[in-house]
Amino acid sequence: MKRRAFLGGIAALTMVATACGGGGGATSPSPAPKSSHAPVALTVWSFFTGRELTQFTRVMDGVHQSAPWITITSVGGKDPTDILRAINSGTAPDVAIEPGPDDSAKYCSTGAWINLNPFVRADHLDLPSLSPPSALRYTGYKGDQCSLPMLSDAYGLYYNTDMFKAAGITSPPKTFSELEADAKILTKKNPDGSFKVVGFDPLQGFYESYALDYGVYSGAPWYDSSGKSALASDPRWAQLLQWQKSFVDWYGYNNLTRWFQNVGGGNSEFSASNAFETGKLAMQLDGEWRVAFIASDHSKIHYATAPFPVADNMAADYGAGQIGGTIVGIPKGTAHQADAWQVVKYLALGTQPLGQLASLLKNVPTTFASLKDPTLSSNPEFATFLKIFANPHSGYKQITPLGTADSDLFSAFVDKYLAGSISDLRGGLQSVANQIDRQSQLG
Amino acid sequence: MWRTRSTGRASSGNREPDIAVTSGHAAGVVVGRRARRSSRRRLRHYGVVLLFLSPWIIGFLTFYLYPTLASLYFSFTHYDLLTPPKWVGLANYRFMVTDPLFWQSLRNTLWMVVFATPIQVAFAIGCAVVLIRVKQGAGIYRTIFFVPTMVPAVAATLGFVFLLNPAGPIDRTLSLLHIPQPLWFQQPFWAKPGLLLLGLWGVGTTMIIFLAALIDVPKELYEAADIEGAGPWQRFRNVTLPMISPVIFFSLVIGVIYGFQYFTEGYVASGGDPNTLGNPQGSLLFYGILLYQQGFQYFHMGYASAMAWVLFLIIMVTTLVLIWSSRRWVHYQGGFR
Repeated sequence: MKRRAFLGGIAALTMVATACGGGGGATSPSPAPKSSHAPVALTVWSFFTGRELTQFTRVMDGVHQSAPWITITSVGGKDPTDILRAINSGTAPDVAIEPGPDDSAKYCSTGAWINLNPFVRADHLDLPSLSPPSALRYTGYKGDQCSLPMLSDAYGLYYNTDMFKAAGITSPPKTFSELEADAKILTKKNPDGSFKVVGFDPLQGFYESYALDYGVYSGAPWYDSSGKSALASDPRWAQLLQWQKSFVDWYGYNNLTRWFQNVGGGNSEFSASNAFETGKLAMQLDGEWRVAFIASDHSKIHYATAPFPVADNMAADYGAGQIGGTIVGIPKGTAHQADAWQVVKYLALGTQPLGQLASLLKNVPTTFASLKDPTLSSNPEFATFLKIFANPHSGYKQITPLGTADSDLFSAFVDKYLAGSISDLRGGLQSVANQIDRQSQLG
Repeated sequence: MWRTRSTGRASSGNREPDIAVTSGHAAGVVVGRRARRSSRRRLRHYGVVLLFLSPWIIGFLTFYLYPTLASLYFSFTHYDLLTPPKWVGLANYRFMVTDPLFWQSLRNTLWMVVFATPIQVAFAIGCAVVLIRVKQGAGIYRTIFFVPTMVPAVAATLGFVFLLNPAGPIDRTLSLLHIPQPLWFQQPFWAKPGLLLLGLWGVGTTMIIFLAALIDVPKELYEAADIEGAGPWQRFRNVTLPMISPVIFFSLVIGVIYGFQYFTEGYVASGGDPNTLGNPQGSLLFYGILLYQQGFQYFHMGYASAMAWVLFLIIMVTTLVLIWSSRRWVHYQGGFR
């Protein structure tokens, strides 16, 4: 009897535990509900804080002008975990904004963010003619468009023009070989042997250098056509890492690590002591935001921007780069999907709000129309990134429901390999590929 | 006249039994009333007790028992927080056995348990032994040793990351002395020793407990040892250590449990960023950090729950082993256990 009662208790608790779990699966893609235009108050969650939140909220006021029945409550400081917990507990906002695209596949595959395709169809929108397909790729998954790009980052090469002139280098490098050759020329040492100026830091953990290992510049895909990790099967990964390792070895792993710590380590990236801004680094892979940082930090360097070099065998793709940034969507559970869509459409496809946000937040706008905003393109250094974003070969790594688990596993491997802790590159890549493939079994 | 079914049956015979039964019944009724009253009182008493206990009971059921059982259930499921848990049996546990990160995190954690915990306990004993001899300004010294424990773990770790940075004061001093400067939190070999130094800096609480234990050691035992001709080491080995062994045991158990759950310092020292967890090169990927990463970064709640239960079992077994071993080396005054 007692045993039965105990088992009954366990069963009851199990049912409660199950009931407290997330809701159902993917939402039906059709038909799109229509707004009644009755006054409605919507909540928009974003990761913005402080000055950025104020600016974002000000831009959001424009929604009320285009859709007077909608009133917005803008809540900042919400990270992806907050959004996921809110979805899980049935208290999700009407519109959610995340800083990166890594969760979009998970949201699509689980139905946590609703599929926007019915709304797109109902409004007769042709998304590929509005936003670059490369940006639409990282906001949708297997045909479902569960989010839209709102603003993006684009990565390119920043180079110190004074150093280039002094070294007799007349143009920025376009291939990995040229990058390495220029970096070696531009590297200067102190009398004690430590680095005075580093030409280019190829270490994986240095500032934004991780983007180098995202495959965009080497043409290597993350997954093959069957959805398995291509880290071991595609030889371009091994080639990329071998080149990167030989580049690191020329400097010495510990020497580069010590130099990086001496210039302030990771904390110096978004400060006035940034190695590039202080003239201790001749070239760096960085995002479009650095243009604004260099100005606001009153850096005295003279610099220019260019697309980041690509692998020697894909020189034809020079001009493309790593892109990816903010996504906006509608979490499941909102009672005002049609009104929420008005907000999403305004933020993701509105030329004026995108231009305003891009100018205020110093990011790349994500529609073809907003990319032509004269206030953005008038700065030649920033204009480089607008072109990189619009380049059809630019992109983000393939997104999957794993989120960042695949790139985290690979980064950890690259770090070990560059440090010299892994001798069998191909065996190591196979091991990482297996780990990534097996991650999908986890829950 | 008491008329009951029993008296009616009894009245068919002689009178005495009837009276006896009747009086017996009356007594039974009185006893019954008393019993009812007493049980009502007892119930009321229990009600009051339960009422006062209810905050704890509700808290226990809601915040302890339910999450514990729920996590046990989740450990057998595929649960991403976005869709309902799906029963997968032992799949999460099977994955764990073949997950290189699981073993790496376990190795890193065991390093902290096996090396850091005993060293910290020994260091705390050493500090206490030295401090107990200080006669002048004892309070000041004890305060100086204790103050680090009041610094929040995050702040303390950030402080050590700064101190042990290649551009920090320690490496600069080593450089002036022409001594090789380790890349503390950038090199896998030195990262955990760096955290060990941080742990030694914060042994104040353990040290204070040992100080109290040392004060409690009866002076007569030292006098007897002196009479027997014992030197300082023999006094320490044969008097002090046995007398403070219950406190050593307590510190070891607490230290081992803390070591297995090591998280904050490792998280901060590895960069405090989800992308850099476990850096350098996985040397600071502790069990708690991997569990956090799987559960709250990748939302593999089923796997994280399974990891939590395995950790619980590891801690439970280790603690039981320590308790079992304590019979051989822990001495309680008066034989009390």
